[in-house]
This record gives sequence, C-alpha cells and structure tokens, in this order.
Amino acid sequence: MFRRIEGQAPRRTIAIEVEGREVNAREGDPLAVALLEAGVERFRDTPVTGAARAPLCLMGVCFDCLVEVDGRPNVQACMVTVREGMRVRLQHGARRLEPAR
Amino acid sequence: MKRDEVPGMTHDLIVIGAGPAGMAAATTGVELGLQTLLVDEQPSPGGQIYRNVTGCDPKVSALLGTDYTRGVSLAQRLAASGAEVLHDTLVWDVARDLTVTALHAGRAKQWRAPQLIAATGAMERASPLPGWTLPGVMNAGAVQLAIKSAGAVPAGRVVVVGAGPLVLLVACQLLDAGATVAAVVETAPASNFLAAARRLPRALRAWSMLAKGLRMMWRLKRARVQWFTGAEEIELLGKDAVQAVSFRAGGVSKRIDADHVLLHHGVIPNTQMSHLLRLEHRWDDRQLAWHVVTDAFGQTSLPGLRMAGDGTAIAGAYAAEASGALAALGAAQALGRIDGVALAQRVAPLQRALAVQLAIRPFLDELYRPPKALTLPRDETIVCRCEEVSAGKIREMARLGCVGPNQTKFFSRCGMGPCQGRVCGNVVTQLLADELGIPPAEVGAYRIRAPLKPIPLAALAALAEEAPTQTVNSVAESEHAE
Repeated sequence: MFRRIEGQAPRRTIAIEVEGREVNAREGDPLAVALLEAGVERFRDTPVTGAARAPLCLMGVCFDCLVEVDGRPNVQACMVTVREGMRVRLQHGARRLEPAR
Repeated sequence: MKRDEVPGMTHDLIVIGAGPAGMAAATTGVELGLQTLLVDEQPSPGGQIYRNVTGCDPKVSALLGTDYTRGVSLAQRLAASGAEVLHDTLVWDVARDLTVTALHAGRAKQWRAPQLIAATGAMERASPLPGWTLPGVMNAGAVQLAIKSAGAVPAGRVVVVGAGPLVLLVACQLLDAGATVAAVVETAPASNFLAAARRLPRALRAWSMLAKGLRMMWRLKRARVQWFTGAEEIELLGKDAVQAVSFRAGGVSKRIDADHVLLHHGVIPNTQMSHLLRLEHRWDDRQLAWHVVTDAFGQTSLPGLRMAGDGTAIAGAYAAEASGALAALGAAQALGRIDGVALAQRVAPLQRALAVQLAIRPFLDELYRPPKALTLPRDETIVCRCEEVSAGKIREMARLGCVGPNQTKFFSRCGMGPCQGRVCGNVVTQLLADELGIPPAEVGAYRIRAPLKPIPLAALAALAEEAPTQTVNSVAESEHAE
C-alpha cells in the first residue's frame, strides 16, 4: 500500500471504479499509483501459474500492472492517468480477443 | 537540403522521447532552424528522471532537490523554442526508411524526416532474486516515479536492496518523505571496492557527485537506518505478497520484516527500439549491457538515425542533455543547415560538459557492478516474469543446444510474454554466454519486431486504409533483408 506524502497542496479528488467498488483518486495520478494508494495489492494473475503480480517498474517496461480499463484489456496502469468515472477491472489469467464493436 | 525539396517528408527532424536528451535535441534542433517534431509517450515532458517535473507539488519538488528541478528549465526552454511537441504518443514502429508510426489518441499517426533522434532512455536492470515476482517487491526507481508523478510513498516498513547510487538516494528521499526505511542492504561484493579504487583519481574530476554520495551516506547513518554491505544469498519471502527479506552479511544470517522491498542494480539502456531497427550494438563488459554504437554526434549504423542519452550507454541525465544537443547539431550539419565555424563553437562546451560526466562513470560502474548471483541467478529463480521461466530452464536449453535467446524463446516462451523480453533479455544473454562459454556479444539479443507495444487492431486497420504501402510492408521488407 502507498500513501500520500504529507504537506502537499490539495488536489481535486475524483472517483474511479475498481472491481465495482468506488475508489477516490487524485486528479493527475497515474492509475497504477492510484491503485497502490487504494490498497490494491494484486494487480493481475499470470496466465501460466496464476501467480500474483503487481507493478515492478512504473515506467512502462515490465507489463506487470496490466489491468482492464473501461472494457479495454491489457492496459499498462502506470501509463494512463486516472479519469473521473474510469472503470477498472483486475485481470485474472489470459485475455481473450473480443469481437469488434 | 531543405525539407520541402524531399517528397514524403513531414519534418526536418523528429525526436523520440522527451527526457533530458530528447528535450535538448528538440530545443537545439529548433534553434538551428530545423522544423522539429518531438513525440513522447508520457503526458508531460521530463522522461523518467524529470517525470512530471512541470506538474510536481512544490513540497515534493523540494524533497527531490535540484537534480530533479533542473528539468523545469529544460522543459521551459523546450516550450519557449516553439518545437512541435506531441505527448501521450506511443511510437510503436520505426521503419528503416525512418518512417515513425505512433498511436496518439487512439489513432495511428505517421511522420517522416531525413534526420531522426531516438532518445529512448534507460530502464532499471532486472534484479532476478528468489521471490522478486511477489507483490510488494518493486524497483527502487519505481518508487521514485511514484514520488515524482503522484507524491506517494510506500506505507509500512521499506527495505532497499541493491547496488548503485540510487539505493542511497531513494533511501534518503524516502526518509525525507516520512517513510519508514527499515534497512538498506547493499549487494556489491567487497572486491568491487578494489576495482573501483583504481578509477577514483579520474572520478575526482566529478568531485561534486562524489560529495553528494558522501552526504547521502551521512544522512542514513544519522537516521540510524540498519545498513548491511556485501549481502549474499538474498531471498524475498512471502506467499501472496512480500513479508521479509533474508540474506547473509558478514557471516551472519539475517531476516528483516518488510512490507515493501525495493530492488536496484543500476540502469541499462532500453534497447527495444534500437534492436527493432537492427542497429549495431556492442556488449559492454563494464556496464554489463548492450550499448548502441554511435559517433560523437549520435549517428548510428543506420544513416539519418541518431541516438542520444542513456538509451545508447549509461552516463546520466546531465550527459544526456549534452549528447542530445550534439545529436541535433549533427542532424543540422547533415542537412547542411549549420556551417563549420558555428558548429565548432557550439560543440566545444558540450563536449567538455560530457567529459566531466563521463569521468565518474568507470568508478561508479566498478563500485556498483552487480554481483554474480544477480547476473547469473540460481537455477530455481524466475528470470522471465511474464512466462515464468527459471534460470535453470535457460541453462538446460543451452545444454540441449540452444545458442541464443531467440532459440530459448522458441522452445520455452522465455521473453515472449507481454513485456517482450524487456526485463529478462539482458539476463538471458548473460546466462547463455556463461553456460555456453562464449562472449555475450556472440550470444546476441532478442529479435524485436513491431509493434513495440500492443496496439488496438482498429488503429492498425485504420492505418492500412490511409496509407496502404507504409510500415507493414516496410517491416516485412526489413525482415526479408536479413
């Protein structure tokens, strides 16, 4: 779990949805850090053995922070900024190819 | 040669990456009259070293110090230059004809210029230790990025494990941010000190950096942080998340409870794009990493393509700034847009700045050379995190006749998962070299193909409709050419 460094100027709070639960984040935060602050410990399971994974690099290299954002799978949570109403689902196992919408 | 005389060109110069090298390259390019485009994957300029530098909270900026806030003036110069800058832009292909293909706002975009500067930066060296895949274990640099981008730090007990200037720096920054640093566990073997001592006289040229190191050591001592050196047999313990670190130091076994373990063993060039382009690389035995072969102006083995900054060889942010400007000067010269006198005038101070930064590198490289246990992990340790392939499996494949990482990838999926070998590539090359008894240069690296990162099929399809002959064909041709 991560927490905010004290003494910072307040930033606008926005609500995102994580696994159906409403979570507060601060405007401008990378999604991965917002999830770490919300206490999400396990971001995804590996497709191979189902082992738990969480971010290693926070800079777009490791792909261990892959989550589903607004229905789109395999999004690097460290590379997207939180948006009001963003819907996040954690990934278990391999992704499937969805039919085109 | 002016841009508008060349058909199919959208700019004089395209720069990829808005870290110190890329910002300096684009700014210099515009100053020299080149129509310049800078594209970057992040939402704001700075790269990783100056991540979010224009949006960082003042309290957090102060905590990170002037080595961070220096990025503000670079970003301001870039903004004032009038360079065309596109953020949130993921470059997923660069063809050998220098066509750049990117994903921006859900759509594929293409540009082309006669001169291209790739400033793709560094990444942290993998630290394959038993248990390093557990949640709660992350790179020390990742925590710095959480501080820079969100003003957030790990809660609970933090243990920093590794070898490199960043180990001390992150521990100090965490203390300043009010986090609990339970211990610093240094892994550099004692033999490193002897090797480093020989490099010390030259390193004294960069005395301010040495002084910075001493100040950090003093800060940790004063805070009475438990500090271990020459640690061996490191293991990260826990079931669903890390709970403790165990190791041996000074002949004694230790176990320290931890909620977060931060790993760091230096940084290495992120060579995904340079390998995609099949540029000439060489294996550097001191930095234990691939370097891109360039001349003094960043020119690589592919005409028109230059590289600058830590994406070519590790020299740090200040050196990256100088090398970015030098690459832009080289680009202007190649385009006939700067005369010899003006060039010489601008080059001299940049080369002097670069020389000072390079003076300390051999000392740091020797002092913080990662231990064998890390570059050649134990058999049961996972090397490829994505596909969960162990070091033992790689060794077994070498014994069965695999002579390179592309073969072990074929047989085991090692390096074939989402990260596409970014994390494990360097380790697999060294493991195979050791097992086969041949130099890493001979073992080679993963063959990288576009797209560099996953992109939506719809974006690719739209590209095919707009530009039927671009990219997909040029990638196929470069594959056939080999």
